[in-house]
This record gives sequence, structure tokens and C-alpha cells, in this order.
Amino acid sequence: MGLDRGCDRMLERRALLGGAARTLALAGVGVLAPSVLRPAAAAAMGADEARHLLSRTGFGPTPSDIAALQGVDYTAAVERVLGKWRPEPLTPPPGWINLTPPQQREQAERFREQRDEKRRVPPGPDKPPPLANANPIQERARELRNWWIEEMLVTDQPFVERMTLFWHNHFTSSLQKVRFAPAIYRQNLLLRRHALGNFATLLHAVAKDPAMLLYLDGAQSKAGQPNENFARELLELFTLGEGHYTEADIKAAARAFTGWGIDRNTGGFRAYPALHDKGEKTFFGRSGAFGGDDILSMILDKPGVSEWIVGKLWRELVSLTPDPAEVKRLAAIFREARYEMKPLLRAMLLSPAFRDPANRGALIKSPVELVVGTIRLLGLPVPEKTRLVRALQAIGQVPFDPPNVKGWPGGEAWITTNTLLMRQQILRRFVEATTVAPMGGTMPMAPPRPGRRADRREAMGDEVMMAPERTPVEGRSLRSAGNAARLGPALAGLDAATLQQALLPVPPQMPLAAGLPAGEVVATLMLDPGYQLK
Amino acid sequence: MLRRDFLQVSAGLSVALATPGALAQSGTPAAKAAQSAAESAAAGGPARWDRILVVVELKGANDGLNTVIPFADPHYAPLRGPLAIAPERIVQLTPRVGLHPALKGLVESWQGRDLAIVQGIGYPYPNRSHFRSIEIWDTASASSQTLTEGWLAQAFEGVKRPAGRAIDAVVVDTNALPATGGDLHTIVMQDAESFIQQARALRDGNAPPPANPALAHVMKVRGEIHAASLGLAERMRGAPAPAHAFATDPFSHQLALATRILLAKVPVVAIKVALGGFDTHARQLEIHDRLLAQLGDGLAMFRRNLIAAGLWQDVLVMTYSEFGRRVKPNASGGTDHGAAAPHFMMGGAVKGGLHGAYPSLADLQDGDLKHTVDFRDVYATVARRWWGLEETFGRRNPTMVDFLA
Repeated sequence: MGLDRGCDRMLERRALLGGAARTLALAGVGVLAPSVLRPAAAAAMGADEARHLLSRTGFGPTPSDIAALQGVDYTAAVERVLGKWRPEPLTPPPGWINLTPPQQREQAERFREQRDEKRRVPPGPDKPPPLANANPIQERARELRNWWIEEMLVTDQPFVERMTLFWHNHFTSSLQKVRFAPAIYRQNLLLRRHALGNFATLLHAVAKDPAMLLYLDGAQSKAGQPNENFARELLELFTLGEGHYTEADIKAAARAFTGWGIDRNTGGFRAYPALHDKGEKTFFGRSGAFGGDDILSMILDKPGVSEWIVGKLWRELVSLTPDPAEVKRLAAIFREARYEMKPLLRAMLLSPAFRDPANRGALIKSPVELVVGTIRLLGLPVPEKTRLVRALQAIGQVPFDPPNVKGWPGGEAWITTNTLLMRQQILRRFVEATTVAPMGGTMPMAPPRPGRRADRREAMGDEVMMAPERTPVEGRSLRSAGNAARLGPALAGLDAATLQQALLPVPPQMPLAAGLPAGEVVATLMLDPGYQLK
Repeated sequence: MLRRDFLQVSAGLSVALATPGALAQSGTPAAKAAQSAAESAAAGGPARWDRILVVVELKGANDGLNTVIPFADPHYAPLRGPLAIAPERIVQLTPRVGLHPALKGLVESWQGRDLAIVQGIGYPYPNRSHFRSIEIWDTASASSQTLTEGWLAQAFEGVKRPAGRAIDAVVVDTNALPATGGDLHTIVMQDAESFIQQARALRDGNAPPPANPALAHVMKVRGEIHAASLGLAERMRGAPAPAHAFATDPFSHQLALATRILLAKVPVVAIKVALGGFDTHARQLEIHDRLLAQLGDGLAMFRRNLIAAGLWQDVLVMTYSEFGRRVKPNASGGTDHGAAAPHFMMGGAVKGGLHGAYPSLADLQDGDLKHTVDFRDVYATVARRWWGLEETFGRRNPTMVDFLA
């Protein structure tokens, strides 16, 4: 089964529009009348710069977001982005977050028994239908991904989401390996709590985070038999980068972290002194009976750490190619601030490179930015997030499932021949889903044939597939509905120039014909190569 | 062939090279005549654009010591402890080495003398970071050197492409680095039908490349899709299906797509597939068993299909992985990052058997196997003996590894 088919189905416009749909709460102020969107006074920030700041610190800004910032002094606008923020998400968590490891083991056991029981019945008329409830571990993984997507869609502080995603990509852990969703949920809360906080505090906390201890095998590492996985990635990916340490440093660090584990009953962090290697280690040329926190502190004393983090943030916020001199300058500010994130982020957002018009549109949107941003712009109702996660999978970024410990490579790697095709297809589906023109012909589709293995597997993986689908009305997409097309509140009633300014950071590669209906303008802009950029 | 000779040949290259590719385009008598001319010159002649390499990446670092097992070595069982595979379970190939039991699918190829095992592949000063080491392999760099261009792109650098070829390599995986760079045209895809269908919807812009590097990248990829889709759509329409059905695991799905591309005679020089999950820091016995079964059974089915289609002579399969794993297990029933490892070469033109020396288990370096064959020599062998290309990947005197006739 190719990715395309899943994606096709996932993005059926009927589902996006259907059932108990509810309109998203869009961030920012309400829709402003077009008159407010006139060019501001020369001294104030222009729309292009407002758009730039918003797109680098949020998800696809709406015209009203841009209008609200236009005319504000730039420094004040940066302070707004960095201003007061809540560490708590708006979206209520899934119901199982207090589940303990013994409870999960018991549930998994029950599931296996039920499944095996069903399998014992030979195929035939008496064969019971596939289990309604999926594997509880996979089910929780699905709910957790949906929870975060939901939060990104409804949040009123998109920069916190962007930074949480940044830290998730830095201190990666994946559901596929960890398999205990409550731990991944708590790791997300941890990253969220420190998203704009202090890097050193975050690093010490991550090293004791149960999801991390499971993901990089720290929980299995003990005196005499240290597991090097965490120690290696700590140095190579989390703090310094290759070439700033030796293999001996890794081995010493691995010994120092032994004994940091997980309580089998609560799933929380627990130190096991009996499993800790109390012997002398030599790390970065210093010797002592070091423990894990000593190693972290010694790493944090190295100026290389600030440069490593600044370089990574630069590629997230400024451009694909960090300027070495600027990285050094910003790293000094970061160290001066004792790893506080806000002074660093402020300096980066105020830097000449960030404000350089040549850097507008010089980054490629991540799949999450593309999908979440587009839904926010179009104001699409999304009753069921599972399909969005499938779309994200097709274009290479499923939250909580990074490809490996290095996270998503990002940058130009987001766009390959495969993912560009998939991105265009997903956008096309969104655009078609946006026609709010009346749809008739609610003919139910044939249910999947349960006799076929592939169908059954799919049906079990996604209960939505079982729901009867309806045939869409052809030829009523944004592109073809003419003046009957209805746009969501964020885009309705705006002229082509304003739409273009909001949707594209660079001039369109496929020039817009004059006099197109608004729906077609939006559709054309979203399918323009420039829409892939931020 | 010496570099000097190659340069002399390359003076008349443009005409000579156009022909084998033209055959790949059409089976006209003129093209056939041109091909036999090309074949007669093959020993030192123009590049063999008609031969295809299928690269199989074993992601996460495959444990070579439990893949091709030196079971007769008295050090093996004590060093491996709980991870040692019992001798009676091993598929014995020679009195000294054998295959992991899950690889029994490869026995047919071994007996058919078209499976070569190159033992002890690695490189000096091994790097034990997944990301850095796979980059070293993908770009054929030295341990201390950073290159950005993939080794396949380097091999075909400056070699004139026969007329009418739109794509040189298809990557059915996410890591396209080996085929990235230079002027190699590489396409990444997961599914041929959707690829063709979607590509049609992408209309090509014809503006000059923009100054914004991110936009330039997007526009370049669009152009590649457009060009590739035209050729591919034509080829795959009405191409025969594989004679033997593949299993349903993702790796078999990739091999099935590779087979269809080959059966459709899409003119490419390389196809890359990948099998992931080899980073067995814990619970290795169970995981490794499952992965090797997918690898062995998948490749066996691939071979059977290409033999049935009469294409096995034109295809060379090669596995690779960032490194092997530590000889001694860790406390989690797994192994940490190691160094040298054996790899498989399969194909109708392969000289079956063992090549290179198995690294000594009595002479380890930091607990890891020392390499006996440099991976760049393997690449140089493929370049010279498979494609007739003189790329030596920075090796002054590459030693040919004798797995190709």
C-alpha cells in the first residue's frame, strides 16, 4: 500500500468538512476590514517585515495577524513575541496520562489474549469482526499525536509551540521506541515548560527524563556494563557536536550516568545508587568520581555548547547558512545570560541577518508548519486529527516519531522529489476541501471488504475508515467555484494583493492573472512554489 | 584501465556514449548494433549505462558478526556470550563461516555461485556516530574528511549521459545521499503510480534559478520531477509484473518497486532501497532475527524475479551499513556501536564465494573488529568493473576486490 492512497483518503474533503465539525479558534485578533490593511506610515514596521517575524515565530500568519502587527515598532513587536507565556497547553490531555507501567503491561497482555482468541476461530461465517479497539499502545500513541496537533491548531501562543517543536527535534525521543505514551507526554510538558526558559536547566532535566532514559537506553546502563548510547548523543547532538570530545570521554560519561533509571511501578525517574559506577573517571582531562550532573556541568562550562545551540536556532529562525561571526556574537550573549533563552532569542530576532530582506522566504516550511499553518489560514474544521498525522507522515514529520536521535534533518532535506509531490497533493486537497458551497448527493460508499487482509488491517488501524464516506461534488473547489467559493474568516473579503502578501514570502513564481475570483487566487498562491517557504 | 587511457577515450566519448543509452530507449536494430560495439569496448571502453546497481542500506548498523558468523573460531562463542548463535543453528557455508539462520533465503544464491560475501569492510580511524559514519560511507570520504557529494554522483561526474535519459537513480528510501550531487538525476519515491499521477499535475516553470537558495532548491526539485515523470510514465505503462509475488513487509515492497522499474527497462544506473532498525542496543536476538529474515527472503525473491525476467546479468546488489557492532554484548542483551562488518554482493555477474579476510577475533581494537577491506576499494571495484569508470574515491592505488567477473 503506497503512501498516496492513505493520504488520498485522509484528506477526503468530505471528512474535513463532515460530521461534528467545529471551526477552529484562530489565533490573533479578529478579521479586520480591508481598510485597516492599507500600507502603514513609513516609520512603522511594514507588512512584509511583520509577516516575516510572524512566520518565523508562528504558523502561517493570517492577514489579520499581519495587520495587527503592522505599524508597531519592531523592537516592541519582538517583545510581544517573547512576552508573557503560559507553559500549560490549552488542549486537555488524553485520559490515560496517569497510567502506570504495570497497568500498561496488564492492558497489553489482555489485548494480546483477546487478539489470539479471535485468531483461533477459523475464517468463515462464524468469524467475529475485527476487534473494535486497537492495540492500546498504538491507540495511545495516536491520541497523543492528535493531542499535540490539536494544541498547535488552537494555540494563541504559536511561538511556544514552535520552540517546543524545536526542543523535541533537539532532545528527541520517539514513541516507537519508548512505547510508554505517558512518559512522552510528560517529556512534552517538560520541553514546553522550558521552551523559552533556561537551556542548562532543561539539559539537566532531560538527562533524568524517563522518556529519554528509555529512548537512549540510559535506564539499562549500570556499573560495569555502561550503555554508551545517551553519553554519545549528549555530546554529539545535544551539546557540542562532533570533534569536541574523544571516545574516552564518551566512555567516562557513560559510566558517570550509570544508576539513573526508572521506577518500574511509577514510571518516574529514580536513582539506583547500587547500580552507579562510583569509580574515578577522567572526563575532559579532569578526574574524579563524577556523577551524571557533574558531567553535564562540565559540558555546560564549554563555550562550544552555546555555539552549537545558536547555530541550530539560526537554521530554525534565520537562514540555512549560519554566519560564523554572528554565531560567535550571539553565543557570547547566550553565555552571558547563563543559558537563558529569551536574551538569546531577542538578540537573534533583532539581528541584522534576521531582518535582512534577502532572508525573507529563505527557509523551507517544515511539514508541521505547512499543514498546521494552512489549516489555520483556511479556517478548516478538522474533527479528526488522525488524518492530518497521516498527511504529516507522507511528507516526513510525525510529531513524537523523529526518524532517529538526530531528529528531522530539515532545511532543504524537507523537499525531495517525493515530498514535494506529496506536499502539492495535500495542499490541493485542502484547497478543494475549502469550498463551502452546498454539497448534495450523500450516497454512502461501499464499506471496506473485510475479507481482504489489507483492508482489514487498515480498518483496524484507523476506525475512521470504517465510517461510510460520501461522494464529493465534483468541480466545486476553490479553484473552480468562481464567485460562489466561500473562504474562511481569515481570508474572506480581501483583495488579491493582500492575499498574496499574506500567503507568499516571495513574489509568485507562477504569476497571478488579473481579475481572478478570490478562491482561485488563494488556490493558486497555495500551489505556488513560494508557498513552501517561510 | 588507467586514468590516462580513460582520458584518451573520453575525447570521442560523446558519440560512443550516446549509443548504449539509445538502446535502453528503443530496441531498434541500429541500437543493437551500437550496443555490441559498446560491449566489445567494455573492458576499457565507455561507461556501461546499461548496468544497474541496487544499493541496500542496512540502517542503524548491522551486527556483521552475527550475520556472517565465524563459528569455527574458538573466540566467537565466549566473546559473544548470550548473543552467540549456536553452531547447529548456523547455515554453514564453509567449514569456518556460516550465515545467521534467518538468512537461509540466501542459500539458493550461494549455491548458484552468485552470492559474494566481502568480509571485514571498514575504514581506518572508524567513526562510531551513526550520522557521521553513514555520511562517510555515502560520500566515500576518509574518516577525517567531509564531502558533500554522494559516491555514485562522484563516479559519474563528468561522464556524458546518453541522450534521452531523464533519471539516473531512483531512491526508494529517505536517504538519497549516495546519489546526491554532481549532475546525477536522482528521484526519491515510494510508489510509482502515484508518482506519475502527481507529477503530471505539476506544471514546470521556466524561469532562471532564483537567488534565494531555498526557492532555488524547490524550483530545482520541481524541474526534476517534471523531467523524470515523462520518461518514467512512458516506461512503466504496460510493463510486466514480477513473476513471483513479494511478501508484504516494507522492505519487500521496496524490492517489488525496484523489480518493476527494472522490468520496465527504465534506464537508470542505480536504485537504492533500505531496511531499518539495526541499531540493536537492546534485545538484539529477537530484533536481528526478524530483520535478517526480511533481508534474506526479500533478496531471494528479488533474485528469483530477475532471473525469470532474464535481467540478473545486468544487476548487482550491494548491502552496506554505517558500521558493525561491538564484539562483546552490553548488559541489555544488545550491542553498542562497532567497526568493520561483512557485506553481500549478489548478481548474475558476481563471482560467488568469500572475499577479503574475516577480521581476527583475537586482535580487536577497542573491542571492535579491525577492517581488512576498505569500503572505497569496494566502490572502486564497482565503478571500474561494473560501469567501466575510473573513479578511485581518493585512494591512490585501490585494490580491486575480486567479486565481479
